[in-house]
Amino acid sequence: MEDQKLPCVLIDCIGEKHGVYEEHVEFLKEHFCLITMKEYIENKKILGKKIRAIYMWYHKPVINEELLQSLPNLKIVASSGVGIDHLDLNLLSRYGVKVSNTPFIVSTDTADLGMALMLASSRRLVEGYQMAVSPDTEYFPANWLGDEVSGATLGIIGMGTIGYKVAERAKAFEMKILYHNRKQRNKEEENAVGAIYCKKIDDLLRQSDFVMLAVNLTPQTHKLIGKRELQLMKPTATLINISRGLVVEQDDLVEALQNKVIKAAALDVTYPEPLPRDHPLLKMENVLITPHIGSATKKTRHLMMENMTESIQAALTSLPIPHEVLL
Amino acid sequence: MLRSKAFNLLKSIHLMSGQPKLAYKGIHPVIASHGHHSHRSVGYRQRYKTGAGSAGGRTLSAALTKAMSEKELPGLLILDIGGTYGVQENIVALLKKHFCLITMKEFLENKKEMSKKIQSVFVSECRPTVDQELLESLPNLKVIGNSGVGVDHLNLKMISNFGVKVTNTPHAVADSTADIGMALMLASARRLVEGSQIAISPHTKYFAVDWLGVEVTRATLGIIGMGRIGYKVAQRARAFEMKILYHNRKQRRKEEEQAVGAHYCEKMEDLLQQSDFVMLVVNLTPENHKMIGKKELGLMKPTATLINIGRGALIDQDALVEALQNNVIRAAALDVTYPEPLPRDHPLLKLNNIIITPHIGTATVQAIQMMAEEAIANMLAVLNGQPIPSEVFPK
Repeated sequence: MEDQKLPCVLIDCIGEKHGVYEEHVEFLKEHFCLITMKEYIENKKILGKKIRAIYMWYHKPVINEELLQSLPNLKIVASSGVGIDHLDLNLLSRYGVKVSNTPFIVSTDTADLGMALMLASSRRLVEGYQMAVSPDTEYFPANWLGDEVSGATLGIIGMGTIGYKVAERAKAFEMKILYHNRKQRNKEEENAVGAIYCKKIDDLLRQSDFVMLAVNLTPQTHKLIGKRELQLMKPTATLINISRGLVVEQDDLVEALQNKVIKAAALDVTYPEPLPRDHPLLKMENVLITPHIGSATKKTRHLMMENMTESIQAALTSLPIPHEVLL
Repeated sequence: MLRSKAFNLLKSIHLMSGQPKLAYKGIHPVIASHGHHSHRSVGYRQRYKTGAGSAGGRTLSAALTKAMSEKELPGLLILDIGGTYGVQENIVALLKKHFCLITMKEFLENKKEMSKKIQSVFVSECRPTVDQELLESLPNLKVIGNSGVGVDHLNLKMISNFGVKVTNTPHAVADSTADIGMALMLASARRLVEGSQIAISPHTKYFAVDWLGVEVTRATLGIIGMGRIGYKVAQRARAFEMKILYHNRKQRRKEEEQAVGAHYCEKMEDLLQQSDFVMLVVNLTPENHKMIGKKELGLMKPTATLINIGRGALIDQDALVEALQNNVIRAAALDVTYPEPLPRDHPLLKLNNIIITPHIGTATVQAIQMMAEEAIANMLAVLNGQPIPSEVFPK
């Protein structure tokens, strides 16, 4: 009886490798009647009509036309994270289904990770750790050096919420900050972080010691960084990617790293994720890869869940949806 | 800026010495050194090019200049050139501009002649060892110029008894060490090392979505030791909207506190109880050996991380092992241990909630250069009887 009062929301599964977190279930069940994909498939006829929202946690469940056709009362897909490149917005629009994401709460964690990658790469932290713990280490060599982050030049490509937070952090390291963006930020915003606008991406690439990608993935940013852009970078420069793997032409990156066209790369995102186990990027000493952990903190994931709950509730009560993604 | 400080130190020594023939009047070391790998922008380097009036020997032949200057240059003892523990080539070139270099090997092979020439010793990464025997054999030794700020490896009292001064390089180390403190905090919080292993492991088939770290932004950072380095850490942490607590021998001025939003904790216990990250940034003295032991670790939050960029001996390592094994604290990140490296069977090496780096606080091309410059400026000041920028005194 109680369940019927709560709106029915489709999720992929609970726990396991990509499911909704066990610790989040209690909160969700206070607001929704959760239906897993398994339960739905076993009882499509009845449950199909009941489902009014999809809680999409880390790109699952996968939404296709077939699913949309069998969910006549679907009002909203709430997607976790800020990226929506995995969704077919046109398709959803045709079925009159709204979409929401969780843009701002991921910003500080992602900016923090960008800084972490820049520092770890520049100071050779992972390599240093391996030396410190290796059973073969007898002494720490004197000549073993990294490069300084403080005082260096950081070029931020994509000065949205995340890019700006990176700039705020980098400023405290007395970095010179250049940025490239679809449109220039206003003077106060620039002055607050000491950021200099580069209308042409080439100017940013030529001058930066660290190039950080903080754009979202769109047809315009797809393979934004390819052979040409890598060659414009300094041979002593490092590429850091906290956006999407597809913003970089990966084969060109491999070649650039192999030929020392650039010094190093630090990637939280690749295409695909994970990379095939025989991919050249996995073997390169001057490459640091992390498993897409930009927003991977307990607090942020909890906030994401709360955000998504809010968005679903708003959609089902015909109120303005916080963080609605419009076409 | 700290880079201009080193340059000004050398410049001011020149102006005060009134000895234009001395070779140290020459071109700024940044330009003079070979194989300089700095990625600083060209504009920055150009600012430091000296004018036409410098390098007094330009009008004479190179060989004659060399002979003349070698005669006048004070003798500097170093461990070795290159090799495992020796001074790097580009630093050697820098030192040669101001000193006549004598390696330990050369000294030992010819003690009689060399011992009188040596007026200074350049100590880098604790080498060469300065013991009683060495001090007794160097009658004209005036100064030990340490590259780096920590001098816990030097017996200050003994050295002072020989009438020899000791100098260190507090300015040159500050930025790079603060950076490593931040790097360790971020890497530990976000499980960066573990994550990178998963990303490249041959066994990885997918990335688990419930694999999480802890936040740095808006967390509470407790800095123990708010000297030059600690303050730079605070400046950086503030940009991450961290709440900053600090414990120090004495409180900083109000303006300094406000500039970084730091709150003074007179009692270290208060800092330990409230912090999500505790960072040790003190120098090692006889008084603060094992300042972090079982009691202190017990006061920390079970979700807290201990970061050490001071000296290994500040922590009771056995107590730390126990605390990490029993999840008394969440994790530790250490750039320094005691000894370095740790014995290969040490329990710290086997824990999965610890990051250890091989004492790389100043291991950057830029810092190594600046430390040498600062050490040179200090040693020359001693030899020329001028005010010494960074002398270290025994207690």
